[in-house]
Amino acid sequence: MSVVVKTIARILLPVILVFGGYVILHGHLTPGGGFQGGAVAASAVALLLVAFGPGSVKKLKAPFSILEDLGGVAFVLLGFLGIGTTFFFNLLAGSGGLFGAAAPIGPNPGVLNTGGTVPLMNWAVGFKVLGGLGAVMVLFGLFGGDDDR
Amino acid sequence: MRRWAVVAAFLIVAGGLLLGGARMRPFGAPRYDLMDRYFNARSQAEVATNNVVTAIVFDYRGYDTLGEATVLFTAVVGVALILRRLKR
Repeated sequence: MSVVVKTIARILLPVILVFGGYVILHGHLTPGGGFQGGAVAASAVALLLVAFGPGSVKKLKAPFSILEDLGGVAFVLLGFLGIGTTFFFNLLAGSGGLFGAAAPIGPNPGVLNTGGTVPLMNWAVGFKVLGGLGAVMVLFGLFGGDDDR
Repeated sequence: MRRWAVVAAFLIVAGGLLLGGARMRPFGAPRYDLMDRYFNARSQAEVATNNVVTAIVFDYRGYDTLGEATVLFTAVVGVALILRRLKR
């Protein structure tokens, strides 16, 4: 692609990744969550692929696959965390530990340290979606050949 | 003959849709809102999340999300399987 696209992509890539991380991190407070944030972050991979060609994302295939597997395993493990009550029971909510603060009842701007297993699951699913969609895009890019148009 | 059949099918479908639209309940007023009110009232106390949608997706209906994640995983595996390079 032209130098204009490459320059704009260089500027936008960190912004897109940060925004995806923000959507995942605030998934339990604001609209969005793991799926949405992961898709936003994966769009950075699409931009990379379009602007710099398939050669630039070639090395990302294995990390994306590992990321997807780890995300899925972490999600299931977090589901099993509450198996004492039921599958996917929110054990950490309101326990006082990590993400364990109790949420204020009623309208409030939101406390980041709330939600129990929900934010952790958001991160797991976010990484899973980023890895999955990223791996799909890398595979599609590599399949088309290495011509840098 | 065929034109009349098309016109008749159009009239029947359009009439059914218009009839259904005329009998529709007002937006945001479902007939059964028991679970809606439960989630809105309890999600902050039980799941400690402000976002009720996330509370449902990752806590009350977490099993459904596991299925969604499985669908994504299957899609990725399918793409990887189709687009793999055969080693000779």
